[in-house]
Amino acid sequence: MPRGIKDKVAILGMGCTKFGERWDKDPDELMVEAFDEAIADAGIETSMIDAAWLGVGFDQMNIGPSGIPLSIALRLPNIGVTKIENYCASGTDSFRGAVYAVASGAADIALAMGVEKLKDTGYGGLPVRTRGTTYDMIGVTGTAPGAFAQIASAYRNKYKVSPDDLKRAIAHVSVKSHANGAKNPKAHLQKEIDIETVMNAPMIAEPLGLYDCCGVSDGAACAIVTTPEIAAAMGKTDLVAVKALQISASNGWELQAGGGWDGSYFPTTRVAAKKAYEEAGITKPREQVSLMEVHDCFSITELVTMEDLFISEDGEGWKDVRDGFFDADGGIPCQIDGGLKCFGHPIGASGLRMIYENYLQLLGRAGERQRQDNPVFALSHNLGGLPVQNVSAVAIVGLHGA
Amino acid sequence: MTDTGIISFGAYIPKRRLQRAAIHAFNGWFAGGLKGLARGEKAISNWDEDPITMAVEAARDCMSGLDRTAVETITLASTTLPFADRLNAGIAKEALTLNEAVSASDMTGSLRAGSTALLQALDGSKTQLIVASDRRLAKPGSDTEMNYGDAAGAMLVGKDDILARYIGGHSVTIDFVDHFRATGVDFDYSWEARWIRDEGYAAILGEALKDGLAKLEIDGSAIDHAVIAIPARGVPQKLAKSAGISPDNCADTLTAIVGDTGAAHPLVMLAATLEKAKPGEKILLASFGQGADILVFEATDAIRKRAENWGVSGHLAFRQEDSNYSRYLLHRGLHNLDLGMRAELDEKQPGTTLFRKRKAVLGLMGARCTKTGTVQFPKSDITVNPNDRAQGTQEDWPLAEKRAKVVTFTADSLAYSLDPPSFYGTIDFEGGGRLVTEFADVSLDEVEVGVEMRMVFRIKAVDEKRHFKKYFWKAVPAIDNPAKKGDA
Repeated sequence: MPRGIKDKVAILGMGCTKFGERWDKDPDELMVEAFDEAIADAGIETSMIDAAWLGVGFDQMNIGPSGIPLSIALRLPNIGVTKIENYCASGTDSFRGAVYAVASGAADIALAMGVEKLKDTGYGGLPVRTRGTTYDMIGVTGTAPGAFAQIASAYRNKYKVSPDDLKRAIAHVSVKSHANGAKNPKAHLQKEIDIETVMNAPMIAEPLGLYDCCGVSDGAACAIVTTPEIAAAMGKTDLVAVKALQISASNGWELQAGGGWDGSYFPTTRVAAKKAYEEAGITKPREQVSLMEVHDCFSITELVTMEDLFISEDGEGWKDVRDGFFDADGGIPCQIDGGLKCFGHPIGASGLRMIYENYLQLLGRAGERQRQDNPVFALSHNLGGLPVQNVSAVAIVGLHGA
Repeated sequence: MTDTGIISFGAYIPKRRLQRAAIHAFNGWFAGGLKGLARGEKAISNWDEDPITMAVEAARDCMSGLDRTAVETITLASTTLPFADRLNAGIAKEALTLNEAVSASDMTGSLRAGSTALLQALDGSKTQLIVASDRRLAKPGSDTEMNYGDAAGAMLVGKDDILARYIGGHSVTIDFVDHFRATGVDFDYSWEARWIRDEGYAAILGEALKDGLAKLEIDGSAIDHAVIAIPARGVPQKLAKSAGISPDNCADTLTAIVGDTGAAHPLVMLAATLEKAKPGEKILLASFGQGADILVFEATDAIRKRAENWGVSGHLAFRQEDSNYSRYLLHRGLHNLDLGMRAELDEKQPGTTLFRKRKAVLGLMGARCTKTGTVQFPKSDITVNPNDRAQGTQEDWPLAEKRAKVVTFTADSLAYSLDPPSFYGTIDFEGGGRLVTEFADVSLDEVEVGVEMRMVFRIKAVDEKRHFKKYFWKAVPAIDNPAKKGDA
């Protein structure tokens, strides 16, 4: 077992733009908006940043290739900038790059930026694109809702949950996230909805209706990290430290091995979660995790993720969801900031947005939506790609020394 | 009498049957003359079908239970082949996973393409697969739109285990232009039906019938089944009578329920007749198109114990009434609906990747690890078996004829599809192997986790910019031959 990342790296500052239909700004301007908040929070000069990572999902449709767009937008002093594309895990993976650089000692201070500009495509939802020359011959073009909706068909079948029970449970996911998003001034959607609205919405991909799907947004989020020692030397107190950072990529088993994966869960999330808990020293996640920001691209994804993160028992997640265990005032709030569903989903920024919320909550800076019972460990989770071939990321942050 | 004959036969008729009344309801205000034709239905292929995909399905039906490595030659006959210069029969060969050492050709240019290909094969000595398939376009509001249907027929010809012996044939060629379609043009241009009836059917085909029977020294009264592929009411009966054949022995032209399927029609009608023929019965096939082909067969005892397939009767019974004329037009490029921005994906196909992966893409060839037994699609250097990274151990493992069960699925209303919603999901094959693919010709009440599926060869996408078609395999619910329902 590697020694892991626990408490080796602290967050010096974070920033996040308002997410939404940012007709007013280009990607470089969104990056500046997030960076301004983070650098002020960190209290450092830009010249002190040693290395940077840029996460973006659909680079061909917004910023273009390479890490150069970040370097130009922020006028970085010719430091190394690495662009990361790893589906919806791009933001968390860029954070991993910065954290690992600091942990290795190669950098004292590193920057992770995530950005996405999706509202320049001309239509809603994620853009249609090639997935490589072989995939384009034998894979399904489809859509994200269509890919994730299939989880519901398999989950229903495996646990003998009636279509109506499951539809109501996943509807609760969205109602809860809308209630949370209404309290978040940076959220894309800030409007409460009721369960009937979700149940009666137009069908997008059976059984996911309009309100079971998160939209896509424009936005950027960033983190500046350093070692706890350097942070302390700068006079920082109440440090938020990285406790665990794990990424797991499919190797084709779900996609190709007949009779293996049953389609009702995400094996990659289970691998990443298990390693992350070990890295963070968490043995009883349902008791020890205080807050969660998970990849609720679709309501059904959030539901099965509760089981994949070992918070709910297999086949019981839908009951926990239905019974409000993950509501803002429940046992473990999930998406207390509104989640992808309402805060919004600018792909490359989402992982960093989740860490941003957890960072604010740990420091008691989350305003109206602040969780009152002193959170200790806050988990964030991304799921990129399609269920049959995905990349899952789990990050855990907490107060330094906790 | 020759030593060649038909070893087996098959057919493919698309599931959807467009109600002719639906065409009349839409166009009757403009073309009042359509009213007399607004009866019955016609078989219409989906957007993702063309003469190649239909030919593949008919050939698979024909080859049910037979060894495909025996096929030495494949001929694809059609007047609507998608490629002018790319061997269309070569695509069918890949889909059917025939030997590479096979001769293949396209036969086109006339509605006789199918019958002529069959006649030439019967004159040869090799084991030959003849497939005829057509998907002709017709202008909205035309008579031809009412008449034309889509289908394919297939015949395996050779010397061994024949179920209908070829007695002989006769051909005439005369440049009689009853209709024509110039290269690159979508629609036929047809002359007056009365002239075609008198100078074409009665004179040219009528003479050919008499001459052919005389040449073969067969009296018309000896013909038990007259397969006269002229989809014009009463014409086959008149022609039969003038050749001394009992008009009652004329085969159903299938016009009321399938339509006129062009170059496929003689083979489709012949397949329907062979299903019913008894040993010793004589079958005459007559086709027309810038001349005529006459072929005569005699059924053998083997016709009693032919392999189980769907044939024409099974496909006729597998039927879905359809009155959606708008969809029919859209699927033929005749309805300029707004397809939305999601339809703008560039479908450019690199020739290099298609060639490297041709067995997987066109033939649905999977792989089996000789060490672990793990079956997967497509083949890869290292096996997908999670407990064994065996490398370089995979052998070909064909999946196209294997049944599969649904693991997950959805009906996607957001994805671009010409037949929305777009159904797709994960399926597991019997004997191993998994595929994530589209489902074709299904509705929500037909598919659920665990439902058994079978594979069909379809168009995956069309590169509209470069006029290239991409083919792959989709899943459809696997059902037993509906024509055999009730038989225990």
